[in-house]
Amino acid sequence: MENTYQDQLHKEGRIWMLGALSLFISVPFVISMITGIWPTFVNFFPGFFATAVIFWPVTTIEVFTFTPMLGTGSSYLAFVTGNLTNMKVPAALNAQDALNVTKGTEEGDVISTLAVASSSIITTLIIIIGALLLLPLTPFLESTTLKPAFDNIIPALFGALGIVYIMKRWQVAIVPVIFMVLFFLLVPGSGGLVGIMVPVGVAISLGVARILYKKGMIK
Amino acid sequence: MVFLNSWWLYLIIGIVFAYVLLQSTVFLLKAKKRAKSLGFTKQQINKTITSSMVLSLAPSFAILIGLVALSKVFGPMIAGMRLGTLGAVTYELPAAINVINGVFNMEIGDVLTSEMVITALWVMTFGCIPPLLIIPLFFKRMRIGMENIKKKDSTWNAVMMDALFLGMISAFVGYVLAPKVIEGEDPYISVLAILVLGSSAALIIVFGILMKKLKWDWLKNYALPLSMISAMALAILFASLGVR
Repeated sequence: MENTYQDQLHKEGRIWMLGALSLFISVPFVISMITGIWPTFVNFFPGFFATAVIFWPVTTIEVFTFTPMLGTGSSYLAFVTGNLTNMKVPAALNAQDALNVTKGTEEGDVISTLAVASSSIITTLIIIIGALLLLPLTPFLESTTLKPAFDNIIPALFGALGIVYIMKRWQVAIVPVIFMVLFFLLVPGSGGLVGIMVPVGVAISLGVARILYKKGMIK
Repeated sequence: MVFLNSWWLYLIIGIVFAYVLLQSTVFLLKAKKRAKSLGFTKQQINKTITSSMVLSLAPSFAILIGLVALSKVFGPMIAGMRLGTLGAVTYELPAAINVINGVFNMEIGDVLTSEMVITALWVMTFGCIPPLLIIPLFFKRMRIGMENIKKKDSTWNAVMMDALFLGMISAFVGYVLAPKVIEGEDPYISVLAILVLGSSAALIIVFGILMKKLKWDWLKNYALPLSMISAMALAILFASLGVR
């Protein structure tokens, strides 16, 4: 990859991301300033501690898990717009696979950025419309007929995405898939732990892939 | 809580949404230009954009369901901003509950004071901030490390990328089998979710066969979103038959 292009991406990405960070922090700041209501340390700290103790490590690990999948340009955008596992990563993956580009190359990065940016635009627009028209939309969104469809987005997405990759690299997939199936079946209340289990799955599959690769069993 | 519907709040949140849209558009245009210079055709670029948008439609509507829940505390604008940027409902809701329930001993549906809502918003803002600090500070170095791996052994790099995705996929395949917990009921394994997972997998295989046999190349970009949306439609059918 051309270093100058990559350097430019990092430079601009940092500016955009730090700008987003300042904006996000400025929202509660401006609200407190205008209303004159500031959180007291006694109320803020216990709530913050209970949240940060779980989500700081989880979101930190997410950076190391998802940035290699997304590539340079899209990482600077996807972590600003959020919704990584249910939208941005599958969109990047689908786009790269459809064009048969090698992941981790400049071609892969560019296609991933196109996918993540398009996904971010449509999601943001739908959320803006949804927020402005929430009252009339609520009966539709809470409709009992549509509930099974919305409740099953994850299996609908990962069934199709999963089978393609499992068939492609079944030797690597066997161990992490069996481990995860047993974990979620046997550990009570594990349904809420999927965010934490993604990096665990990544560590297992990387370990298995490395062993198989070293032994010449996959290429 | 009058401020949740005040004009100035709409203005602040409007600026945040405008920023996110602007960043996405700038990244899209730059990637489009770069893709052209790398030899991708206009048709390939446009198909990538359209299929990514189609794929994001259903999950975006699902976000709106989270918006209904979160707007009961924060109003639609703040809730929309929180769900459309940085996090997801899986972060925002627990963070809000940590404050409203954990600190103030109240429930999401209760009548809350401005102090409670503002404290929750501060906690949510700082509760999932690490990526916005780590990426600007360390991402470039991480990428250089990745580039070195690729230079050393490009075959391993390709295997490693597949392994990364498989790790994420395996976690979500397992998650589908996790017993569902509904208050007042015994936990149960959702046969409906398993059927949807299987249907979606079967559909993409069928689409793959159609692409090969009938040379339907146009389907390549849309096989995943079509499988997903069809499987969601099947979920409605299965549920109407009493499967849960």
